[in-house]
Parts: sequence; structure tokens; C-alpha cells
Amino acid sequence: MGMTITEKIFARASGKNRVSPGEIVEAKIDAAMIHDLTGPLVIHVFQEIGAHKVWDPSKIVMVADHQVPANSVDAAQNHMLLRKFASEQKVQNFYDIFEGICHQVLPEKGFALPGRLIVGADSHTTTYGALGCVSAGVGATDMAAVFATGKLWFRVPESVKIVVEKKLPRRVMAKDLILKIIGDLGAEGANYRAVEFTGRGMRNITMDGRMTMCNMGVEMGAKNAIVPADGVTRKYLAGRAKQRYSTVRSDSDAQYVETHKYDLSELEPQVACPHSVDNVKPVTEIGKVEIDQAFLGSCTNGRMEDLEAAATILKGKKVNRRVRLIVSPASRDIYREALDAGIIRILVEAGALVEAPCCAACMGAHIGILGPGEVCVSSSNRNFRGRQGSPESKVYLASPATVAASAIKGVITDPRDV
Amino acid sequence: MMARVWVFDNNISTDDIIAGRYLPKFEASKDPSWLAAHVMENIAPSFASKVGKGNVIVAGRNFGCGSSREEAPIALKAAGISAVVAESFARIFYRNSINRGLLVLTCRSVRKNFKSGDNIEINMKNGIVRNRSINKVFKFEPLPNFILNILNAGGLVRHLKQTIGKKNR
Repeated sequence: MGMTITEKIFARASGKNRVSPGEIVEAKIDAAMIHDLTGPLVIHVFQEIGAHKVWDPSKIVMVADHQVPANSVDAAQNHMLLRKFASEQKVQNFYDIFEGICHQVLPEKGFALPGRLIVGADSHTTTYGALGCVSAGVGATDMAAVFATGKLWFRVPESVKIVVEKKLPRRVMAKDLILKIIGDLGAEGANYRAVEFTGRGMRNITMDGRMTMCNMGVEMGAKNAIVPADGVTRKYLAGRAKQRYSTVRSDSDAQYVETHKYDLSELEPQVACPHSVDNVKPVTEIGKVEIDQAFLGSCTNGRMEDLEAAATILKGKKVNRRVRLIVSPASRDIYREALDAGIIRILVEAGALVEAPCCAACMGAHIGILGPGEVCVSSSNRNFRGRQGSPESKVYLASPATVAASAIKGVITDPRDV
Repeated sequence: MMARVWVFDNNISTDDIIAGRYLPKFEASKDPSWLAAHVMENIAPSFASKVGKGNVIVAGRNFGCGSSREEAPIALKAAGISAVVAESFARIFYRNSINRGLLVLTCRSVRKNFKSGDNIEINMKNGIVRNRSINKVFKFEPLPNFILNILNAGGLVRHLKQTIGKKNR
């Protein structure tokens, strides 16, 4: 019996010829990421253990992205602690407040490579699976153990196969596909499992789109989400990869607990309604939903393809007077690229407020916080009650195209209609 | 062990358990009482002031979904919660709870068979929880020994202290 790509990576990382789902393995970690919101607790636990030196400073990546620039004394202190730790432990790969969101920075700087095993103290660490690696979120104590030993125990997950065929129609995005999948499988639909995106249709999904899909794998409970590396991956990694890599694929007789098929050509824009990510409906079926804020950004949808999609819709148009459109590119590199392409000008002239690259309005602890009763259409990944501010506010999740179209109309709008 | 029960629904997220806006202060101060004061605030505003020492949460499926924040089990423990009995758990929360020494038990169809205020008895030896208010018994999935050892030690850090701490010195 063959192995899936995820099983092969766990086998390699734990020094075994083969592993099976359900097996507990101790695996060597190839890269470990912390950021300013979860990192301070990791550092605290690391010190509490009594550890003095990290196992390998070159394998640790630290990013200040959640509250940058600091919006409170607490945030400033958390940043100071990260800087001090990076300096003491000689962590060269520390990206201070200028660089962008961790889940964009790690792929961009070439840390996420096919075949690798990566952990991050953040649930959306699943994003890096877009590069063909196994990548999972962990808590602070587990991460402190990784910092001290370079190893962590895992239960090898069963795999769910998502087979994607054909091409996305105009103004329908990878975000719509992953929202549709989460709506179908449910918030617990892939709990403890690996989600493997495959099929000929994946060739038609860009690296930006693949990152969006893997990013939201955790919203159905997945341990990791993964796209086996192909030409799109190699092209993205050219000039970025920090080390040499070899690609890994699932065997043709690998075992999957479930297989689901999606025809991209039949897909419509989707919206996840309050207050759960699996409360998904086609945009055509949600009725009239007036909005106060539209947010374009986050580790889900703050990439070049996302800004381009919004700019195409907003070019020469104006954001509705009742709506605040907040844009935050996912990284400094994307910001610069969008500046060079004239996209930032289009967005600003349409009435958008362009913020620094950071997590911004996604998690209700920095900027763009919602007041009681306010409604936001957001390109981010979570719409839990109170996620973006007041517990009485509401968040609808949608694609960048839907966010842009909605910002113009003042109500959640089908981007195919503008 | 016997305790008062608080019942919660399916898909309780770690954002529900402790909202993102309270994390920066905790990360800076490391004071868990700050978290305890705001536990479950977005979905059950009066919970933090009413929950008592040793109380148990009984919940539906996918308890602890969402963010990896380890502040979620820290907040529950600091608020006095001694165990969470749920029909299923999200994986990161489950691991974090064990690492923090918070007992997490997976037990089918408990949510509909408990209501807040009921009295629960947890028998680790026999692998059962009992709703003493209606005298109904439920079997929970047994925990392997290595996890029980971590829980008994009060979390993973003590284990690590004993092993890595010495080696690094």
C-alpha cells in the first residue's frame, strides 16, 4: 500500500521508511515560526523549562505582524521581548514590524519548501502547505519544546483528497472554492486530518490562490493542508528557496478516508455568514446585507492577485460614502509590487484607506475595530462573534472581488454584476 | 470528583473562550487572572463572574476550534474550570490543554444530556462521567498513559524541566 504526500513527509522527518495514519511519531522540525502575539508566551515557557539555547537559530523565524506598529504599551513590550530574544539567541531570521504577515513572509523569503515539516505558533500555519510541505499550527508549550529540542510528537493524520477540475469563471476566486469546500465539509469536517488539494484544475490555480486555500484548511479543523509541488511551485520558488529541495508526491495507491470533487467552472462567488466559517451561501442567496466596513487584506487574501482583483473592479469607481474600505497588503514586497503596478493609486483614488502590511482588521486587536451593530465584509478567514471588535458586530467572509464590489455598492454584491 | 456543570454548544472557538483583544496584555504581563476575568465574554458575558473553582464545562462537537492561542486553556484553568468534557475537540486546543494540565475528555452525546447547573461526577479509574442530576452514565475515550502522566504532572513544562533543563545547564 502506498503513502500520501503527508505520510511520506512525516516518515522522512521521523527517520522511518513508512508511517500509517494514527501512528504517533517523533519528528524533526525543519522550520519553526513565532510572531508578536503568541511568541512572548513561547519565550516565557522556553525560559520556564530552564532551556538556555535554542536548538538551531537558523531554523527559527520570528515575525512582528499582529500589532505593528505598536498600538499599545503592551504591544511595544511584546515587540521588545521578541527583539531581545532574537538578539540573545542569534536568530538571524527576525522580521521586525516592516516586513508583513508571517504567513506571507515565510513563503516569500523561501523558508517554506516542498517536503519540509514546519510548525508555527499560529493556526494559519497551514498556509505553507501551498508549497508542498507539511505545515501545522501548535500552541506555545509545544513550540517552546521545539525551540529547546528541535523535535515534536505528532499523530500521523488520515488524508482527505480534494480533486479540482477545470477553470474558475470570471471574478470567481480560489477563496470562493475554499469557502464552498468548508461549507460542504463543515467546521469540523477535516479535524485531525490532512487535506490534499489535487486534480488537473490545480494547475489553473495560482500560488496566491493555493495559499488562500491552504490557509483556510484549519477552518475545517485540518492539521495540515497541502498542494503537491508542480511547475507553479517551482516557478514561485525560483530565486527564493533558501535551500535545495526535492518534490514529494502521493503514491497512486495511497489511502484516503474521503475524496471530494469540485468542478471550478460551476463555482459561484461564496459568502460565509455570521458567526461561523461553515455558514456558507452563494452570494446570490444572501439577500440585502448593508455594510459599514470592507476589509481587503490578511494572511488569507492580501496578496498581489487579491489586490489586482480589487483594483480591476474599483478602477475609476468610488467606494460608497457609507463604507470604510481598509486595505493592507500582506507584505512589504507586495506593497512595493502593487505600488509599481499602479494598484495602490487606483485603490486610494477610489477612496480606500491603505494601511501598513500587517494582520490589520482581521483579529480585533489592532486597527479597523468594529463597533456594536456594525457589519464588515472581509477577505480574512474568521467571522466568529466579536472577532473584529464588538460582540454585537457581524463579519461576512468573501473573496477580494466580492469585497471590492460590495465596497462600491454599500451592500454585499456579486462581483460579476459590477 | 464531583462538580457543577456549564453547558456550551458545538464549535466553541478559542476566540469565544478568550477574545484576541485580551492577548497582548496577558502576553506582556503573564497574569492569568486578567484572562479569567474575560473568559467566554463574547458569548456568555456573565460566565466569568459566576463560574466557580472546580466547575466543569460540558460541550458539543469541535470544542476549541480556531486560533492556536494557548491562552484559551490558561483562561479556563484560571477561571476555575477543572475539566472540559466534549463530544469532540479541535486538535490544537486539545494538545494545548494537555500541555497546560487541563483535563479534556471526549465523550459522545453528552451535550444533550446535561444542562447548566447539573452535577457531574468524573471517574478516571472507570472511564465514566455521570450526570448525578439525572443519574445517567457516559463512557469517555480512555487517555493513553503518556498523556495521563503529563496531566498528572500539571502539564508538559514540569516534564521538560526535569529532562531538558538539566541537560542544557
